Amino acid sequence: MKQTNTAYRQRYWDLRAAGNFIAGGTGTGLVFVSALAFATGQNVLVPLLLGLALVGLGLSLVWLEIGKPWRAFNVFFHPQTSWMTREGMLATPLFAAGLAAALGFAPGFAIAAVLAAGFLYCQARMLRASRAIPAWSHPRIVPLILLTGLAEGAGAYLVLGEPTRPFIVLALVAASAREIVRELYRRGLSAAAAPEGTLAWFRRPEERALQTLRIAAMVLLALGLVGNTLSATIGGVLAALTGWGFKAILVTRAAYTRGLRIPRTPTRGRDTARAVEPS
Amino acid sequence: MVADLRRCVGCQTCTVACKESNATPPGVQWRRVFDIEAGEYPDVRRVFVPTGCQHCDDPPCLEVCPSTATGKRADGIVTIDYELCIGCAYCIMACPYEARYKVDDERFAFGDDATPNERKRADPRMLGVVTKCTFCVDIVDAGLAQGLVPGRDMAATPACVQSCISGALRFGDLEDPRSGIAQLLAENQWFRMHEAEGTGPGFYYLWDKAPPL
Repeated sequence: MKQTNTAYRQRYWDLRAAGNFIAGGTGTGLVFVSALAFATGQNVLVPLLLGLALVGLGLSLVWLEIGKPWRAFNVFFHPQTSWMTREGMLATPLFAAGLAAALGFAPGFAIAAVLAAGFLYCQARMLRASRAIPAWSHPRIVPLILLTGLAEGAGAYLVLGEPTRPFIVLALVAASAREIVRELYRRGLSAAAAPEGTLAWFRRPEERALQTLRIAAMVLLALGLVGNTLSATIGGVLAALTGWGFKAILVTRAAYTRGLRIPRTPTRGRDTARAVEPS
Repeated sequence: MVADLRRCVGCQTCTVACKESNATPPGVQWRRVFDIEAGEYPDVRRVFVPTGCQHCDDPPCLEVCPSTATGKRADGIVTIDYELCIGCAYCIMACPYEARYKVDDERFAFGDDATPNERKRADPRMLGVVTKCTFCVDIVDAGLAQGLVPGRDMAATPACVQSCISGALRFGDLEDPRSGIAQLLAENQWFRMHEAEGTGPGFYYLWDKAPPL
């Protein structure tokens, strides 16, 4: 027999928390791609600084969300196991390396790229460790968040930097890989019997519209490869914006709890205990 | 903590006792009793399931807490230091048992004005931070200091267990084979919630007597 569904949508992390994953993903992606572009000889000052600003904006949004903002430094107390602490600890050297690079310290680019990747990985692991929320704790959330950040950063770089062919290819590959991993993630959630409220989001018009825009982004990026720079730029914008939409839904709408599950009913009187399946 | 599902009648006395004892605001229930329906007409069962913080062996809330506000005592009780907590709510996202709450603003049971009791018991330390069941650690510690045994002596036992009208909720030291709950577990079949998560919850649900040897 099946039991009543008691899963509900979490209400503690709102758009401010989603904003950290959105701005942090695009920001670190931009810093990473800027470092690659610097290695190819491009002027990357604007995308690099904007990437750092986005990371800072994301952290500021979290600061606005926490209940005791004047104790924010306590976030650094638990690097042994907390991915939130680790994310915070990487932020300062990321800003330092990025600003040093912007001021002409060339090795700063490579250091900032590594730290940006680490920061994004921490964000992915933060979600993975959220065991109350099956949509976040699924193992495939880690590659999905990493590829979403890369797709956003590579897409945004086409607008903020020089949309040369290698970077259009990078944006297209990242956007395509994100789409494949997103589908594997959806199937993984379904196989793991994630809450119906979470699975329903993949069928909703908002998510369908986002998927259409993601495919449109890939088509526009492909057109960019045959010489249409404007289409590559628009494709890049769409690749970034669709990532924002996905993360906003993931954090604020599709985040259902596991709910309460009993595997057995108790014996009462002459009645016998029965096995219970989740709803 | 042991909850005998055969005995629980869903009267919610434990939830009221918890609220009275801990002065939790509206919307915050450290001890909850779910009313679960299983099956389809005409084969339906109704089960009352007390829940709350499971004081896990390996608490996921403790692992994610960035401020070390969440701690675990030697006796297994999971605690929150309200002076360290930054109210990020990450532990709420990590707890598979939905046992944690965060309240940012003062809330009262009857609108904007606090009752005299609410005014008397308001604790500003608990605003903007995460709270949860403490197994009435203050009562347990006060009892231990007097040489009492939690679970056996009511003055050293959590309020929900003290108040339970049917004896469904029991409390004690699992490590002590002579304790009441150790014997209950030996004599009955039980499950723990979300066992597959590997958290080692300290909340045991009895559902039938142990099969004869």
